[in-house]
Amino acid sequence: MALLEIENLVVEFETASGPFRAVNGVSMKVHEGEVLAIVGESGSGKSVSMLAAMGLLPWTAKVTADKLTFNGRDLLSMPASERRKIIGKDIAMIFQEPVASLNPCFTVGFQIEEVLRVHLGLDKAARRKRAIELFEAVGIPDPADRLGSYPHQMSGGQCQRVMIAIAIACNPKLLIADEPTTALDVTIQKQILDLLMKLQADHGMGLIMITHNMGVVAETADRVVVQYKGRKMEEADVLTLFENPKSNYTRALLAALPDNATGDRLPTISELFVDDQVEGAAR
Amino acid sequence: MSVILEARNIVRDYHVPGSLLKKAKTVHAVKGVSFTVEKGKTLAIVGESGCGKSTLGRILTLIDPATSGDLLIEGKKIDIAKGDMTPEMRRKVQIVFQNPYGSLNPRQKIGDILTEPLVINTDTPADERRDRAMTLLKKVGLEEKHYNRYPHMFSGGQRQRIAIARALMLNPKLLVLDEPVSALDLSVQAQVLNLLADLQDELQLTYVFISHDLSVVRYIADEVMVMYFGEAVEYGSRDEVFADPKHSYTKTLFAATPRADVESIRARLARKKAA
Repeated sequence: MALLEIENLVVEFETASGPFRAVNGVSMKVHEGEVLAIVGESGSGKSVSMLAAMGLLPWTAKVTADKLTFNGRDLLSMPASERRKIIGKDIAMIFQEPVASLNPCFTVGFQIEEVLRVHLGLDKAARRKRAIELFEAVGIPDPADRLGSYPHQMSGGQCQRVMIAIAIACNPKLLIADEPTTALDVTIQKQILDLLMKLQADHGMGLIMITHNMGVVAETADRVVVQYKGRKMEEADVLTLFENPKSNYTRALLAALPDNATGDRLPTISELFVDDQVEGAAR
Repeated sequence: MSVILEARNIVRDYHVPGSLLKKAKTVHAVKGVSFTVEKGKTLAIVGESGCGKSTLGRILTLIDPATSGDLLIEGKKIDIAKGDMTPEMRRKVQIVFQNPYGSLNPRQKIGDILTEPLVINTDTPADERRDRAMTLLKKVGLEEKHYNRYPHMFSGGQRQRIAIARALMLNPKLLVLDEPVSALDLSVQAQVLNLLADLQDELQLTYVFISHDLSVVRYIADEVMVMYFGEAVEYGSRDEVFADPKHSYTKTLFAATPRADVESIRARLARKKAA
């Protein structure tokens, strides 16, 4: 059975000029122990579809789907109190901006212990012990001392490690990483990706990597979903996608990589890909 | 080939004043960097955040003075700490900043943003300023109708085009590009890089390109300088540096860059299966 199953997900936002469809009929499945990458440019609806699955969108968003289940349980019809027990425990998310997504008013120790208190109900000593373990697992030096630090006292890479520690605190079955390395240097990016892949392999988690970086996709994913303007353009395993992309959009995306440049000019997506509704509707 | 820019042993220290409980300390942001850039060429400065590459960019753009060392533009020594800068000297170097969402004033129209450098540095009459702004708008791939719009009406790629047009308003010899594409999507990134390459050919511009993305650097640079904790640990032509990196940090940097070719993916999947 698939861990997360999404069928025909539609997310609409009400705007002054009528409803805006951010996600338009996207379907995907994630299995246990699998790494799925969702690739797309900004505005392709890749983050919004995952936020919809987590139930983290504001009330102004209209979310409909033929199917939205986690471990066989329907997330859409579930009461909010039930859903809150799953979110943060069995499904966890790492957000894009590590420094901005931690609360600047509390120590990182408090923020990680909050998760342990709410979801696992551990007592104070056990929480502290587990928090130190988690910090060790994500490679933060002097974990006992660092628990008392505030986010602004740590670097971007360190904050991202704290975010990961919080996300894996309850041994989630599914981890969603929303552009986990976009704000970071390549050397730190490598460390964070290695860490995520190690944790994923150790715990057999399902992992969804949301990214716009084809290099990150190539280094991590088993299977890839390509999204464009809220529609799914292509779904393939990672080797097939890079070797033999089916959709014109994927081909254009790969050609625009500076690594693949031949000659003086980079091919741009608008030159190679004509956005017609027919191409999207075909899949 | 004439040398446009020469830096000799540039040093920049920041003094952090002490307080009751803290001792004053000095941060050495740039520790003696030397290089030359020839006309029409691109020097890429690579390094991680905090290595001093943006500080160096600010010194080259004549925003911040260097603590010591010589900066020569077209063979002429320039020291902004002395305060004898003429508008002609200022005009030679312009900068494009990293984040086009932050570098354009949201309360100014595009036309005013573009003509402001002329108002400050020259006494060009208003109609000529307007003509020049229109020409450059078209040159960077925008249209005349955009002249009276505000920055929020544009996408990130379009804003970066506006920032590039503004930098070109004064006909500079040297353009410092401080991570100009790192805030942009892959497809838009390709368009902006193409635009920069076209402008360089057409106007014989010299670029100093600050970046941490090696794939972009490999595409655009003629020469590469790698910085690490304020020092230039590697400096040479692009092919030399990419083919045979000497310093251990450069090697680390290459190893950390994700590869998107089919062989690397095959190798990774094979490793995963074996594990």
